[in-house]
Amino acid sequence: MVVTQAQAGNVGSPFIESLAGKVDVAFDITGLNMWYGSLHALGDVTVQLPAHQVTALIGPSGCGKTSLIRCLNRMNDLVLNARVTGEVLFHGENILSPEVDAALVRRRIGMVFQKPNPFPKSIHENVAFGARVNGYRGEMDELVEKSLRQAALWDEVKDKLKQSGLALSGGQQQRLCIARALAVNPEALLMDEPCSALDPIATYKIEELLAELKQRYTIVIVTHNMQQASRVSDYTGFLLADESRTGRLIEFSPTAQLFTNPQDRRTEDYITGRFG
Amino acid sequence: MPREVFAHELHDLQQQVIELGSMVDKAIASSVEALSALDAEEARKIIHDDLLINKKRFEIEEQALNLIATQQPLARDLRVIAAVLNIIIDLERMGDHAEGIAKIVLLHGSEGLLKPLIDVPRMADKARSMVRRSLDAFLSLNVEATRAISAEDDEVDALHDQVYRELISYMIEDPRTITRATYLMWVAHNLERIADRATNICERVAFMVTGRMEEFNVSNY
Repeated sequence: MVVTQAQAGNVGSPFIESLAGKVDVAFDITGLNMWYGSLHALGDVTVQLPAHQVTALIGPSGCGKTSLIRCLNRMNDLVLNARVTGEVLFHGENILSPEVDAALVRRRIGMVFQKPNPFPKSIHENVAFGARVNGYRGEMDELVEKSLRQAALWDEVKDKLKQSGLALSGGQQQRLCIARALAVNPEALLMDEPCSALDPIATYKIEELLAELKQRYTIVIVTHNMQQASRVSDYTGFLLADESRTGRLIEFSPTAQLFTNPQDRRTEDYITGRFG
Repeated sequence: MPREVFAHELHDLQQQVIELGSMVDKAIASSVEALSALDAEEARKIIHDDLLINKKRFEIEEQALNLIATQQPLARDLRVIAAVLNIIIDLERMGDHAEGIAKIVLLHGSEGLLKPLIDVPRMADKARSMVRRSLDAFLSLNVEATRAISAEDDEVDALHDQVYRELISYMIEDPRTITRATYLMWVAHNLERIADRATNICERVAFMVTGRMEEFNVSNY
């Protein structure tokens, strides 16, 4: 599926024409709204996120970027009082539909959180656990090695796979969580500020990893760090809450364009630090 | 407003460019005056002062790089700094053109000018006006002005053609004039290049404001 110009233009914000007809779409989001109780947290988001690319979502606190990413794998199902309307097609299938199994969606679309959250188990078991629960029947040691290699952690842990995952450094723990997400063979990876608890070196390692991973997976990353968004992503979406605290997608463009020549004044003001 | 320190430093960077511009403008004006009067002392001063222009350019470059390194500028702020880094190169080269004219003053030695200067001062006035106004546009973000200024490059080119034809006729008529006629051709060429570089500045200003890279006036020289 590709983005058509008509689709790309219907958000009421300047979407660049060059997207049209060129990019395979992973997430095709139309009229997405979300409420936490009476708070309308996300207003009418319509956008297409490209496959096998890194999309960054940026914006000030409370702009709805985490709410948006959580709609992409039914994570909001788990939040009390959360209500979602609209459509999120993932490779053509509406994953918001009640007939779709949310657990299956979360297997196809993995998530990595702000704080590394390994299980209190061995490194090996952290990676193997999800695959085993999902009925993986292959050679488990191979899967663990492959996943740890993809997460650029293998060389650092190969001699201590039986040690607790909690004994690793913060950066290693986060890569362990990425390996754990990869072990169930997802198609997309959602990352909610995956580096905010990490030091600069660990951050760079994760960022390097993203460049590798996007060959195989669609990646959507929420980040507070604009430099990180500009370093790692191919496309960037800027969200901003309006007066009634409803988060709206203001602009979605190729990253280089968004950071050198944003089309919306609010984007310009935010990324140049004029507010926020 | 947030980022007041950065806003202040960016403003200061732009002011430094204007200062460099006025040093260059002065050098161009003095070089043509020194030529008219064949004032060797003034010419040597221009050659010496060109070192100050070069120094200033490197100072601004360092200041711009420091801002990039420490403030991570984005969007228009980034384009302003990119424009500054390009504009200072053009200004510094204009200084070299003025220095070139000053060296031609010294080349004359004890000889007088081949002819009284008529079109050369006109070229200089026109080119200086283009430079000054392009820097005004840089400060005032005036894209319309940059288009108008660039269009004037054709007038400087036309004056250059005129000077060239006139000097060729001198040389054909009397080959003993070839050396001094060639000196004046170099002068005209230096002034013509200054106007071209003013056009470059205009392109940078337009990019800074609009984010679009566009060539305004392609010179035939």
